[in-house]
Amino acid sequence: MAEKSDYLLEMKNISKDYNGNVVLKDVSLSIKPGDVVGLVGENGAGKSTLMNILFGMNVIRDTGGYGGKILIEGNEVNFASPSDALKAGIGMVHQEFSLLPGFTATENILLNREPQNKNIISQVFGKRANTLNRKEMQRVALLAITKLGVELNSEMVVGSMPVGHKQFTEISREISKPNIKLLVLDEPTAVLAEKEAEALLRSIENLSKAGIAVIFITHRLQEILDVCNKVVVMRDGMVVKELVAKSTSISEMAKLMVGREVKAQENAEDETSKLRVVENKPILSIRNLWVDMPGEIVKNVNLDVMKGEFLGIGGLAGQGKIGIPNGIMGLYTAGGKVTFDGKDIPLNNPRECLTSGLAFVSEDRRGVGLLLDESLEWNVTFSAMQIHNKFLKKIGFIKFRDNKAIKKTTDKYIEQLQVKCTSSKQKAKELSGGNQQKICLAKAFVLEPKLLFVSEPTRGIDIGAKALVLESLKRYNRESGTTIVMISSELEELRSSCDRIAIISDGAVSGILPASTSSEEFGMLMVGNKTPKEAS
Amino acid sequence: MSNIFKNAVTSVKDGFKGFGDRQSKKFHDFVNRGPKENLKNLGEFALNNIVPIIFIVFCAFAIPISGQPFSSVVRDVVTRLMRNSFLVLSLLIPIMAGMGLNFGMTLGAMAGQIGLILVSDWQVVGIPGLMLAAIISIPISIVLGWFCGTMLNKAKGREMVTSYMISFFMNGVYQLVVLYMMGSIIPIASNSLLLPRGYGIRNTVNFAGTKGSLGMRKSLDNFWSFNIGTIQIPILTILIIALLCIFILWFKKTKLGQDMRAVGQDMEVAREAGIKVERTRVLAIIISTVLAGFGMIIYLSNMGTLNTYNSHSQIGMFSIAALLVGGASVSKANIRNAFLGIILFHTMFIVSPYAGKNLIGEAQLGEYFRVFVSYGVITLSLVLYEVKARRAKGHQAKELKEAQEKMLKNKETAEVIA
Repeated sequence: MAEKSDYLLEMKNISKDYNGNVVLKDVSLSIKPGDVVGLVGENGAGKSTLMNILFGMNVIRDTGGYGGKILIEGNEVNFASPSDALKAGIGMVHQEFSLLPGFTATENILLNREPQNKNIISQVFGKRANTLNRKEMQRVALLAITKLGVELNSEMVVGSMPVGHKQFTEISREISKPNIKLLVLDEPTAVLAEKEAEALLRSIENLSKAGIAVIFITHRLQEILDVCNKVVVMRDGMVVKELVAKSTSISEMAKLMVGREVKAQENAEDETSKLRVVENKPILSIRNLWVDMPGEIVKNVNLDVMKGEFLGIGGLAGQGKIGIPNGIMGLYTAGGKVTFDGKDIPLNNPRECLTSGLAFVSEDRRGVGLLLDESLEWNVTFSAMQIHNKFLKKIGFIKFRDNKAIKKTTDKYIEQLQVKCTSSKQKAKELSGGNQQKICLAKAFVLEPKLLFVSEPTRGIDIGAKALVLESLKRYNRESGTTIVMISSELEELRSSCDRIAIISDGAVSGILPASTSSEEFGMLMVGNKTPKEAS
Repeated sequence: MSNIFKNAVTSVKDGFKGFGDRQSKKFHDFVNRGPKENLKNLGEFALNNIVPIIFIVFCAFAIPISGQPFSSVVRDVVTRLMRNSFLVLSLLIPIMAGMGLNFGMTLGAMAGQIGLILVSDWQVVGIPGLMLAAIISIPISIVLGWFCGTMLNKAKGREMVTSYMISFFMNGVYQLVVLYMMGSIIPIASNSLLLPRGYGIRNTVNFAGTKGSLGMRKSLDNFWSFNIGTIQIPILTILIIALLCIFILWFKKTKLGQDMRAVGQDMEVAREAGIKVERTRVLAIIISTVLAGFGMIIYLSNMGTLNTYNSHSQIGMFSIAALLVGGASVSKANIRNAFLGIILFHTMFIVSPYAGKNLIGEAQLGEYFRVFVSYGVITLSLVLYEVKARRAKGHQAKELKEAQEKMLKNKETAEVIA
């Protein structure tokens, strides 16, 4: 027993599946007071699920709970809600701030835990008529800020703070809670400038000295080396390895993270690729592109896409890869210079993009991509009709829809892409995710674009449909010579389909490598380490 | 008791101190900036306060055109200020809770009217009558406010249009009670209140008192007052309004007030912190409704007559317009906005019929003009609110762009050096 209570937190053999889809398998983790544990892994490795389990989030219970045991200071716990976890002394700082912009740091730190003064009215009407004890609030907030060891003006309104100070406010709020023992930081440095990140790392050390354990989730591996004493690498729902931070290196971690030994690179050089010509002439060149897309901010992207190629854009979530097509196509405010086929493309003008021969299959199928209440025919041909006046026949002065041609084209794609549907008249919302994705592709194909952006085409669809979607994209690229730029979070998917892959990190291109390069090298680029070749 | 008083005094003091500090800081900033910067800020200031500025300009022209002596305009404005302040102030708390302009204040007004009708029937007169009416209105206001708040919780983000519709819907219920149930189910003895058919309240109820007995008309204002020239200064009314102001300032410092401000900014964050969001919002509406009920009683006692089927529906619109004229927005309003708004809005109200008559020879024009203006102001404020929100967003994008360019520049210089 004595040994058991040495550990602040033990997670034993945790497993979790969503409807038979295993996302965590036999994960164990143990943390002592004052430990700083780095948790690393690719997107979808199971980090978030593990933290959701620890916090007793609703989503876990709603999907049938989890397997394994969680012990806190030797006692088994099973949190029914995040507030239970808070009571047990576990705090979490999420990637998105949950702060009130109009409140000062102090007010945010002590939100709903304000020290109060009683008065006569509150004796009658209850506690909520108590007045706030501003002095005491100030004192408690300053105490937390001092404990964190950062510079933060406690009377400043959060809305006018730089992003780093917002982050400090969040952390101060967690550590101001009286019995805090363990703090989970989810990508706390992702939004910070270098200096701020440094200050944050120092404050993590301060917390550790004060006996508070920290679980530090980050994609910046250097930071792990800087502050952690233990690293847990996860991949495909399993803990691949626990490392001692002092005796490991970035490349070792990156290798473990990306894992899966390189499958034979049969794709890049396959038969079909010989059928087409990739000219060594850029069809699309992007200079100094910035895009203000929340959560996917693009800062400064320079990229050339060659005519006829199949380019992949990869990178970790939130680094800006999805922002690139959304910015170019005018769905979010963007700036910079984009030249397509010898012409400058005006930004923030979706229609102009479409008429000049660009097309975009959005990652947001339900929001942007499909007219859910309309038939498949209508979905497939609508854009083409609007942009290129296709499927219209003129009788006299009036243009009519050419229903025959519409049906014919739709049926052609339904067959080609193996869309599972009752007929081309079925409504789009009745299809499964994978089939909806196929309709989105068909819609883009009908436009006969010169260049097609495809964003996260396999997100949320099953494996069978995935293969089909990728295969049809590849075939489309080979057969009609259309240049394709595919954005995906899954590196393996990019490596199996593309010619070259550009990796986006921190809103800029951190490197472009041929698809046959080892995953390890891509892994290094993803975490923001430029290969020696690029850096020089 | 002394505790509350102390708190209230510090609240008020802090309020003034904060105001003074802010102004001196503003002035300091003003001096420190260059003239160009100041001009830009002036433009910003003008855009942010466009509605009050339009009204000040309008009043500046309309007062001389109306041909009214200045003292009589002031007298009328003071009367309106006393009459309407409480009602307008009742709107502040839901705005604090992020629920926008509470068109549902009409519900409180109905409760106040029911209280007054019953009290007139019971022949309780003077200040005791008003107090009894207020006491009767409280439970009715609470029930109506609870209903309205609960409905608004089911229509988050569309509070204003929902509360507007609720006020129409409840108007039907009010008519059912007053027009059919009073005199038939609810006993009403006085024939001067009832319609000739024996049930239902007459279109106009007079509080001036009949057959020699004193009514409630002006009882509050005349209780304790003095005159400056021809202008009557009703001290008791002023005290009551001041008390409400102190209450509002104090309320902002309570736990509930803080929770409301939190809920008003972001319901999800507040919920995460354990604040009971729905309950807090319902309480905001209940408090507003109860205050509106009191406000209506003060208003009607000053007017002296109740227009049974119209008073309440007009008052909601005019109170909201007045608050907006004072520079308030859907998400931000304070006591200053309320008073400035009442003064400007009612100056326009008073002078526009005369101005219309002098300009075109039609008093009707001014009458028409003020209704047109109330709706216009509300529309303009709602539109401006959206425009400002967009501008703020555009501003962010611009800042990002500038940051990018700066970064690029730095990078280039770094490259040049290398």
